[in-house]
Amino acid sequence: MSGTIGIVASVLIIGVVALANIITRAFPFVLLGRRKKIHPIVSYLGKYLPPAIIATLVIFCLKDVTFTTGTHGIPELICVSVVAGLHLWKKNILLSIGTGTILYMVLIQQVFI
Amino acid sequence: MRAQNSQRKKLIKLIKLAKTKQNKNLNNTLKFAFKKTIPILFGYLFIGIAFGLMLQKAGYHWIWAFICSFVIYAGSLQYVLVVLLISGATLISSFVLALIVDGRQIFYGISLIDKFKGFKKLKPYMIFSLTDETYSVLCSLKVPEEMDEKKVMFFISAMNQSYWIIGSVVGAILGDLICFNSMGIDFAMTALFIVILIEYLQEGKNQLPALLGICSAVIFLCILEPSSFILPSLLTSSIILVLFRKQIEQRAGEE
Repeated sequence: MSGTIGIVASVLIIGVVALANIITRAFPFVLLGRRKKIHPIVSYLGKYLPPAIIATLVIFCLKDVTFTTGTHGIPELICVSVVAGLHLWKKNILLSIGTGTILYMVLIQQVFI
Repeated sequence: MRAQNSQRKKLIKLIKLAKTKQNKNLNNTLKFAFKKTIPILFGYLFIGIAFGLMLQKAGYHWIWAFICSFVIYAGSLQYVLVVLLISGATLISSFVLALIVDGRQIFYGISLIDKFKGFKKLKPYMIFSLTDETYSVLCSLKVPEEMDEKKVMFFISAMNQSYWIIGSVVGAILGDLICFNSMGIDFAMTALFIVILIEYLQEGKNQLPALLGICSAVIFLCILEPSSFILPSLLTSSIILVLFRKQIEQRAGEE
């Protein structure tokens, strides 16, 4: 079984997508990593970009939540608060993530249908 | 002769002892790395299963799911890939679309250039396997002194990809048979990012960059589409960070 477009076309598309993916991941290393001494701006960004990127990823995960239709983003709002609150309180990564995820599954499968 | 023999025995004993110690160390390193990947284990298994199922529904044997997760290894991109395969998209549009979907990843390496130095042969793999989740774990990783940081990082990266591959193959083989309703389990990834964000927010020097990231993401999400806000948002955050370098470094220095 190789889809409707055949083996060759499938392999080519997968190859091209894999290539694009590797290019985006390797780009900074190829552009900035070859030099012996890292430019101070780059090492500064290396230090302070992660918090900004992680913050952006949180919003990225919630980007499709709509407040005007459907569940009005209530399950997300509850679970984000629970994860954050639990983590501030107990500081246990697995507890915070596990509780938040199970609660979210229950909410969207059973409560907000 | 006898003295020599007992000396040799002692030496063998010592070597054995050193080996078990090494093994114990390796075991501890593996355990430590595994613990860091547990949230990703659940997320990747189930998002992987969903991908495998989609690919199987598009008419592909499970071996294709294995190949895709082995050579591409990117969550949202592989969902897009299924659409490209079904519609028989042109190579150019597949390439450009993949670059757009994955564009955010060009920002990840900047923080890891230093950390990846000295990986030698494994460096290409470390770069290849840099997903959102692996990146977030590697960046916030604090390794106990007695462990080899590089080994821990490599184990985390390799374990994460193996979860992804296992998930997608399982999904492609028996996706339809899984009756467990897993809807919403991908919230584990959101929760992982929230937890890491909270830990950053508790360190004074990282507060401003984290708040900047939130504000810029929310603003760009409001003015642009959900599918296209992330690149401009990350670019703006980077530029503002560079512009306010003095203030942010000063704040970090005050601690």
